Amino acid sequence: MDFVHQFWQLTVDGLMSGSLYAVIALGYTLVYGVLQLINFAHSEVFMLGAFGGLFAARGLMDGGDTPSGLASVGIVAVGLGVGAMVGALAAFTLERVAYRPLRRRGAPRLAFLISAIGASLFAVNLAGKEFGRNNVSMPEPFTNGEVFKIFGASVNTKTLVIFVVAAAMLLILDTLVARTRLGQSIRAVAQDSDTAVMMGVNVDRVIVLTFIIGGLLAGAGGFLYAMTFTASFTMGFIPGVKAFTAAVLGGIGNVRGAMLGGVLLGLIESYGGYIFQASYKNVIAFLVLVLILMIRPQGLLGERLGRAA
Amino acid sequence: MLLELVDVEVAYGAVTALRGVRLTVDNGEIVTLLGANGAGKTTTLRTISGLLRPRAGQVLLDGEPLSKIPAHQLIRRGVAHSPEGRRIFPAMSVRENLLMGAFHDRKHVAEDLERVFALFPRLKERVSQAGGTLSGGEQQMLAIGRAIMSRPRLLLLDEPSMGLAPLVVQTIFEVIAQINATGVAVLLVEQNAAQALKIANRGYVLETGQVVLEGPAGELLADDRVRQAYLGEDVGPPESPAAPPVQVGEKIL
Amino acid sequence: MTTTATHPSPAPPTPSGSGLPPSIGKWLTEALFGRAGLRMLAVCLGLGVLSAIVTGPGSTADEPFDGIRRSVIDPRIVTFLLLGVALWVVVRVTPLVWPILVRGFEPARAQVTELSRQRYSPIGLNLALLAFAILIPLALGAPARQSLVNDIAIYALLALGLNVVIGYAGMLDLGYIAFFAIGAYATAYFTSEKAINVHSPVILNPFFVFPIAFVLAAIAGVILGGPTLRLRGDYLAIVTLGFGEIIQLIANNSEFTNGPRGAFGVPHLSIHVFGFHYEWGQDPLPYYYLLLGLIVITMIAFGQLERSRIGRAWAAIREDEIAAEATGVPTLRLKLLAFAIGASVSGFAGVMYASKQFFNPQTFSLQASFLVVTLVIFGGMGSRLGVVVGTVILQGLAFVLRDLVPATDRLIYFGAVVIIMMIFRPQGVIPSRRRKREIKLSEAGIGGADSLGAAPTAAGSQT
Repeated sequence: MDFVHQFWQLTVDGLMSGSLYAVIALGYTLVYGVLQLINFAHSEVFMLGAFGGLFAARGLMDGGDTPSGLASVGIVAVGLGVGAMVGALAAFTLERVAYRPLRRRGAPRLAFLISAIGASLFAVNLAGKEFGRNNVSMPEPFTNGEVFKIFGASVNTKTLVIFVVAAAMLLILDTLVARTRLGQSIRAVAQDSDTAVMMGVNVDRVIVLTFIIGGLLAGAGGFLYAMTFTASFTMGFIPGVKAFTAAVLGGIGNVRGAMLGGVLLGLIESYGGYIFQASYKNVIAFLVLVLILMIRPQGLLGERLGRAA
Repeated sequence: MLLELVDVEVAYGAVTALRGVRLTVDNGEIVTLLGANGAGKTTTLRTISGLLRPRAGQVLLDGEPLSKIPAHQLIRRGVAHSPEGRRIFPAMSVRENLLMGAFHDRKHVAEDLERVFALFPRLKERVSQAGGTLSGGEQQMLAIGRAIMSRPRLLLLDEPSMGLAPLVVQTIFEVIAQINATGVAVLLVEQNAAQALKIANRGYVLETGQVVLEGPAGELLADDRVRQAYLGEDVGPPESPAAPPVQVGEKIL
Repeated sequence: MTTTATHPSPAPPTPSGSGLPPSIGKWLTEALFGRAGLRMLAVCLGLGVLSAIVTGPGSTADEPFDGIRRSVIDPRIVTFLLLGVALWVVVRVTPLVWPILVRGFEPARAQVTELSRQRYSPIGLNLALLAFAILIPLALGAPARQSLVNDIAIYALLALGLNVVIGYAGMLDLGYIAFFAIGAYATAYFTSEKAINVHSPVILNPFFVFPIAFVLAAIAGVILGGPTLRLRGDYLAIVTLGFGEIIQLIANNSEFTNGPRGAFGVPHLSIHVFGFHYEWGQDPLPYYYLLLGLIVITMIAFGQLERSRIGRAWAAIREDEIAAEATGVPTLRLKLLAFAIGASVSGFAGVMYASKQFFNPQTFSLQASFLVVTLVIFGGMGSRLGVVVGTVILQGLAFVLRDLVPATDRLIYFGAVVIIMMIFRPQGVIPSRRRKREIKLSEAGIGGADSLGAAPTAAGSQT
């Protein structure tokens, strides 16, 4: 069987895209944790972060030769940083404009979903207008050679960079939620926001910070994505749905669940896409979503932010 | 005066839940708030905590209106709230729950943890167990323990005896008295009027959002209407079932 | 922005008598140049710059910030900044002078209140609107007529269907256009041998496809909604979103559907009964009147539905799902019913569309689904007249401004409309009375206004 031959290569590819899904999924899961809402505009935070990182990196490279060594590291770092900042800014603005006024009023949940859709529509099409409606690809920030082989599967620089950066971000976030005071307040708001207020937690602030953290991750993730694939104004949609699926798969609201869900989904998709048809690869995530909703709606690790710690 | 409610009116949309409630709690007092379900007791506490905002009237703490102070800053002013239904953070351990009580100020955490464990040795045994897996009584202990972790001057307790076995209720009330003995004022909402009036200095009776009776605990305990309505005692035929309610603010005792 | 907009500084004491007290200048200064006032100024100026960018020239990825630069440097930025300043003054000063304004308008207000209380005869109003709808195309030119059918009438029908899902059952369906696609492709399959690569063994008149599409879309709705609706309502939104994308993906990639080229040559609608022959042709007008008829029938039918037991059960689900369940309302089945009804209307409209004109997978993009959501929200969820009028206004505006605003940029404005509506007028321009009351009550903490569970906490937000 060909599949057997390809197995390890597919695993490597799956882990790479899976770690990206995990990074984006955390944004959904954190916001879901504190607000019990699906943030439909999260995919646009990702998209804007991707453009931010891409333009910054491209500006540094100036269309010349593929840099190497320290220059490469610097470019990737700047791209990640700018992507993360743009993502954070977008998420912050989103919370202020599309969520907070409704929260103040105690609006019904449907209203939040709808205003997030509005924000998404606005951001996507404005990006389309300003950045053009074609796919934009980024010049290579480093020579994408093979670094090493594992079970016959080649791991190249890009895969390694993405995997390492994503893993580092996941680790930092996990520590943040489990160990810091901010993490403590995020968990308190997720479990019982009224009581958290009584304990002196400033819920508004926690919610903004949660959006910002999700935005930082999504923005950095967007840069990594743009580095591998291409960027376009509609690029957020598919990774968005997939990341959401990953979040549900692991148990929405659960930080480690989102990480597990992301990696699993990446693998499932990688194997599935090989076995079936590549053009239907995107259907796989959707099928996983529907299946998990039918079989185990609380996800693999169960819902609840606090449980991760 | 530590806490003063002046003609507080609270509404949920068109439904008025509190109408002109006047109430005071002085330093070091235990004041109990009695009343049937839906009388507005929990609404009163939530209003004091800033979770609800009065439509009219004012809540004064140390004579200063609370209307401008965000709810989450109240704990810094020395007001701690142990809410109805205990509201333990279910996925946090006992220790983490207690630490939440000291969220705003963690200078005395170690010392205060010891104090709580001295009051409720049971919590010490369960220190790393998840809050959601505790029994009802333990959760209540945790809720009170969490509230006093903030070293409050005023402790708001909402139905601490609800759904608990008599022996546990006994313990809880003893601890409330002990806490009060350290100088913490307590505003105690209770259905268990007999127990509450036994440890309280003064009491208020709330009916459909209004204070209908108020006075020293001893006198309330002796009042026929209180005994009949809240202590379940038969005190002979009522004067008249449709007796005109005592007017708000009118001293009847 | 929100702090100041929703919670203006406490209104000053009402000025006594007719003359303004001398301190008015102080209030003004405080309102405009206090901390909140200056913050509002920054927000308003920001909005001005944003509007300049949105309405300014676009750009491409090669020069990504060129469009923004040109929008900001262009002299017309001044206009936008002035508009921002005007907005700032209005927002900050209105709460101050509100008591005076109210007093001035008191007589007029009383009359309006009186009028709205009166049980005016809706029949008369409705007939007038209908007459307008019948006559208006006669006053329009050819492109406008075309748009009346393609952009307004079809979308009004779609919005009426989606209104059942959003307005009546309080759920969100983001893949609504997928059912429209099902209807359109079913038409191509059943009515023509060569529109797409497959065709049914029996070629039917498009009219017979209406019931087929109706049923197909409903079945798809039930299959999709069944497993999803058991869970939290907001999952439905994302599952439908995914479904919409998949239908488009299949349409694009499958050889049966002709792929991206789309379907050509689906026959026009035609009637052949008892020697009577009529065929809807290239002229948009006959289609318009057919659609108008359908819209009127749908509005009447949904009106009946709204007032029926089912309609009351939907209201009960929105306002308190648990209580509804407890009183014996089969909530899951009724939500599914709403979802399926919405889907079938969409399928129905798909037949209409397919028999009128060429379509390809692009027709069924996600953006089209969002567009219908926008129309329902703008008009007023739960209000039949509202969604139709909303469609006429928004789509009409888009048509009128077609030379100023490229079609691709329309959705920027529609997105902004959605957010603005949700912030300032969630009940829509022509609200349904019941929905309006529900939203108000729900915001005061009583009951719900959708079937998605409790509102995200508002506690702790500084008031």
